[in-house]
Amino acid sequence: MNVNIVRSDAPPQAQAVPDVEAPRLGPLAYLACFRGIVWREVLRFLHQRERFFSALVRPLVWLFIFAAGFRQVLGVSIIPPYESYVLYETFVTPGLVGMILLFNAMQSSLSMVYDRETGAMRTLLVSPFPRSFLLLSKLIGGVAVALLQAYAFLAIAYYWEIEPPLIGYLTVAPALILAGLMLGSLSLFISSVIKQLENFAGVMNFVIFPMFFASSALYPLWRIRESSPLLYEICRVNPFTYAVELIRFALYGQIGPRLEDGSLDLTNLYVVIGYTVFFLGAAVYAYNPSKGLIARRGGPGGGG
Amino acid sequence: MTSSQTDQNMPAASGASAPDALVVNGVSHAFGDKVVLDNVSLTVPRGTFAVLLGLNGAGKSTLFSLITRLYDNVSGEIRILGHDVRRKPGAALQRLGVVFQSKTLDADLSLQQNLLYHAALHGIGRSEAKRRAVESLETVGLADRAHEKVRNLSGGQARRVEIARSLMHRPGCLLLDEPTVGLDIGSRESVIGIVRGLVQKQGLGVLWATHLIDEISDTDLIVVLHKGKVLFTGRLPAFLATTGANSARDAFRIVTGTSSTAEAA
Repeated sequence: MNVNIVRSDAPPQAQAVPDVEAPRLGPLAYLACFRGIVWREVLRFLHQRERFFSALVRPLVWLFIFAAGFRQVLGVSIIPPYESYVLYETFVTPGLVGMILLFNAMQSSLSMVYDRETGAMRTLLVSPFPRSFLLLSKLIGGVAVALLQAYAFLAIAYYWEIEPPLIGYLTVAPALILAGLMLGSLSLFISSVIKQLENFAGVMNFVIFPMFFASSALYPLWRIRESSPLLYEICRVNPFTYAVELIRFALYGQIGPRLEDGSLDLTNLYVVIGYTVFFLGAAVYAYNPSKGLIARRGGPGGGG
Repeated sequence: MTSSQTDQNMPAASGASAPDALVVNGVSHAFGDKVVLDNVSLTVPRGTFAVLLGLNGAGKSTLFSLITRLYDNVSGEIRILGHDVRRKPGAALQRLGVVFQSKTLDADLSLQQNLLYHAALHGIGRSEAKRRAVESLETVGLADRAHEKVRNLSGGQARRVEIARSLMHRPGCLLLDEPTVGLDIGSRESVIGIVRGLVQKQGLGVLWATHLIDEISDTDLIVVLHKGKVLFTGRLPAFLATTGANSARDAFRIVTGTSSTAEAA
């Protein structure tokens, strides 16, 4: 059964035999790749109207129904960055923006993990650029989509009389990007490592709800402290708390609360940056299909 | 068991002559205890249409996953036009075009948008990418539908777009994983015809995985993969001669020892 390869009559010395050396990938090539990935994410999102709609409905239901009912129960006293008593709707808006980022991050990360062997991720991963760069670009693409949703939500909320200063709409952008990147890399890390999170219901129960409720999204931290010191401590290690607080202050043109001696408290910013760097590294490591944790989890589900 | 590949291919990079489009040398792969590929070697010279023939579960997709670096090959080496995929993944992937088994186009985007996205993934600037998109779509005969959504295409047309996409960065080696599955006869012939044309006119090396034996033509290089092992490498006349069979189908049955041809029909 041993057969020699019959070397074909020399390959047709065709006109267009591709040159062996590929062009070098310089900074411009990286830029083109980055732009292409982000552009595709946004384009796809804009083409899926239902997705846009359902992504908006969720926080709006919270704002219109939950917050309206809750405001009689929970009075919010004057805490920075608010300068007067605020309605509960106003207080909860940054938390709902955070929720938009969180849902988006989870959805796109899950699809990145499950598409890994079949669909869109494979076409992404045969790109010659370093995989860490591809993943980062993809995460930023997801953040860009979340940003569109967050602004659409804020625009509707404006007509619900949640009117942060105009400058806030500008200053909130970097906070949204940073928080979105943190949540995106956290989600990618979690869904790469924990195999049990195979469906979105699992993610809702074990990741999104705990993160959302054990944070300062729905109630100020001092309120939580009064009722449960343990829960308070949990909230204080929850990355989502810092993301929400960063967004809350940024929405009022501030970077953090003022301390008593007049200096700025930058804890929120530093913690979010720290978590972002950490989760990003962990996600790139865990996700890398050829080397990372995901590869050790076992082979493909089926097929040869 | 394996074919006696000549080792003239191995130090391909050092030779000044053009290296082979694809060299797979002594590659094994296992998922846990399950050995999926066992010491697989094959060579696709430029300007060659190579058929990777195997039943479902033979290890074809795993081999493709290793060549495209979805997994790292732990043993052996894989070279694409002389570039080792593990040591120089960037250079190797730049020279490689792939058509995956599953559909990987964005249905809501237009043909052109799909191609531009792929060009960006290879670092090709936008104006150049637009030029190439027209060129690639002409190759597969769909240039007039560039602005239509992929959703409106038939299965065969979508496959042709995927081929056009894989040509955007002008690869020297093209992999196609069961590209004709689910297509009607007309579409199948059109897809095969396009790829054979690329081999003849542009000198691409093509590795075409299939379980459909009637896709073989006389001049193709045949590689039979069965249960993770390469059982035969050579041209059709040799395939028939070694097995003493009258048809490729019988020869396949004899080589693999499978009694049922139902799968390989």
